[in-house]
Amino acid sequence: MKNFQIIKALSSGSAVSSIAKENSAMFIAGGTNLVDLMKKNVVAPDKLVDITALDLKKIEFLTAKTSIGALAKNSQVAEDKAIIEKHPLLAMALAAGASQQIRHMATVGGNMLQRTRCSYFYNTDMPCNKRVPKSGCGAIGGSNRMHAIFGASDSCIAVHPSDMCVALAALDATVLVEGPKGKREIKFTEFHRLPGNTPEKDNTLQNKELITSVEIPNNNFTKNVHYLKVRDRSSYAFALISVAAALDIQNNTINDVRLAMGGVAHKPWRLTEAEEFLKGKTISETIFRQAADLAMKGARGYGDNDFKLTLGPNAIVEALTIASSK
Amino acid sequence: MAAKKSTRNKLTEDESNASRRDFLKKSGLFTALALAPPSLVMASEKKWDEKIAEYLETVPLSLEVNGVKQNLNVEPRTTLLDLLREQLHLTGTKKGCDHGQCGACTVHVNGTRILSCLTLASMQQNAQVTTIEGLSKGKKLHPMQEAFIKNDGFQCGYCTPGQIMSGIACIKEGHANSREEIREYMSGNICRCGAYHNIVDAITEVKEGGMLS
Ligand SMILES: Cc1cc2nc3c(=O)[nH]c(=O)nc-3n(C[C@H](O)[C@H](O)[C@H](O)COP(=O)(O)OP(=O)(O)OC[C@H]3O[C@@H](n4cnc5c(N)ncnc54)[C@H](O)[C@@H]3O)c2cc1C
Ligand code: SF4
Ligand code: FES
Ligand code: FES
Repeated sequence: MKNFQIIKALSSGSAVSSIAKENSAMFIAGGTNLVDLMKKNVVAPDKLVDITALDLKKIEFLTAKTSIGALAKNSQVAEDKAIIEKHPLLAMALAAGASQQIRHMATVGGNMLQRTRCSYFYNTDMPCNKRVPKSGCGAIGGSNRMHAIFGASDSCIAVHPSDMCVALAALDATVLVEGPKGKREIKFTEFHRLPGNTPEKDNTLQNKELITSVEIPNNNFTKNVHYLKVRDRSSYAFALISVAAALDIQNNTINDVRLAMGGVAHKPWRLTEAEEFLKGKTISETIFRQAADLAMKGARGYGDNDFKLTLGPNAIVEALTIASSK
Repeated sequence: MAAKKSTRNKLTEDESNASRRDFLKKSGLFTALALAPPSLVMASEKKWDEKIAEYLETVPLSLEVNGVKQNLNVEPRTTLLDLLREQLHLTGTKKGCDHGQCGACTVHVNGTRILSCLTLASMQQNAQVTTIEGLSKGKKLHPMQEAFIKNDGFQCGYCTPGQIMSGIACIKEGHANSREEIREYMSGNICRCGAYHNIVDAITEVKEGGMLS
């Protein structure tokens, strides 16, 4: 790892100003992704700004929403009693990610900004448009078992690896950020982006903005929810496919529903068409299957990941079935 | 095209590394460097400018390891794992993958289990670190250490320090209420010998015996 300078920020303002001017300066929170990437020389900042002392760790339950500080630890959120009660989908998704040691280190902001696990991205001997723009994409025509089936481009077919983000996209969360030009809010579903021909950009942050918190509006998804994660071993592995399903059911009728998938696109993939279809319908396996077929419209495989075209709809039906029978 | 080009570049880089290594080996410098403690490389023998360069590249760090206060200078890039093993010679904590994938490097920082290989030492100012070496009281082993021996919780033993540190935390966190829960919350500790069954036995025994208060 290249050596670097490290400083500790004591306020959000000073954190923002101390990286704004310097090209290769970066924030560091839990370090579980950044230190790994620096060891592999995928990123090589000259300066790190340690943001762990900032007062952004609180989980607050306000009148109409829940606010989670960007530096709250993944385990802290996953095991918070009120989060488990009010947003069980989020707690489940977080608990399904990484290992307990990593969840104790990883922060909410860092989780959102973790980079893809595409093996070509990690290997500096390989071409990768995300790591080195215009160098080519090793995964197209290469080994792409983990890769996208939705929204990919000729430049990049990587997926965003987070579990937490799939739940936050489903729950209509908002991201609060602070940058050199002030504060602003970004809808969670617009925070991550599709690769297009600029896959080096994972998200819509500008000028090295600092994520300060995430807000989730109040909802009725407290009972019939499920986060289904399909992976190569039953724990401590990234998702091949995951499905976040939240249902608000009354007398067997679906009042409201949220569906999102992970492991299938460059961003958490909201299934809005399937959601619209399900609203007002009576629960049955047939309508779950129809919703899944709708959700898969436009999906395409790249070889090794063709199995996701079958696994995807099955996972959607399974997640809806489990959620509705809770 | 791009693939070929980058591979070729890499080869030349490797070749030049190889010849540099050869030179270092021949000159004897390599052995000297390998033997020297990494941070304060024989400071007294150093020239002024080298001292200044080193001072600029390191940061002061005070922390407590197994109850002993340490005042050190570390490079910002030094991981807690390397600090423990290379600078403090506490080699009980193991380096398995060095990338967060195996749990061999698990230690407790301020009472919480974390991976020392992904932790920058320079971010641990005033932290209280506990490693496997800090568990026993004099000659008396920690109940979890006893339980691992009694239940054959290891074969080669390489993952064991991490398993033990993680097992203690697993109980303290309240995640040892069933074999399934133990397995889930111990999934961050890989055992290549496959001693999992006996590891769960050991943790269950400590939990049920109420040996950790
Ligand atoms: C072995 C392993 C297995 C894993 N498995 C899973 C899994 O199954 N599911 C899953 O979801 N994740 C998994 N992860 C990823 C893990 O969740 C992320 O590494 C973690 O969430 C990153 O958070 P952090 O605080 O450590 O971020 P850091 O590593 O500190 O930072 C990551 C990036 O975010 C930036 N950053 C951090 N905080 C902020 C902020 N507040 N504002 C602006 N920028 C910021 C940093 O500059 C950096 O670029 C795994 C990781 C490992 C090592
Ligand atoms: S899929 Fe994206 S991240 Fe992977 S090699 Fe191609 S450009 Fe790089
Ligand atoms: S050495 Fe740290 S997790 Fe493997
Ligand atoms: S005992 Fe050999 S790796 Fe676990």
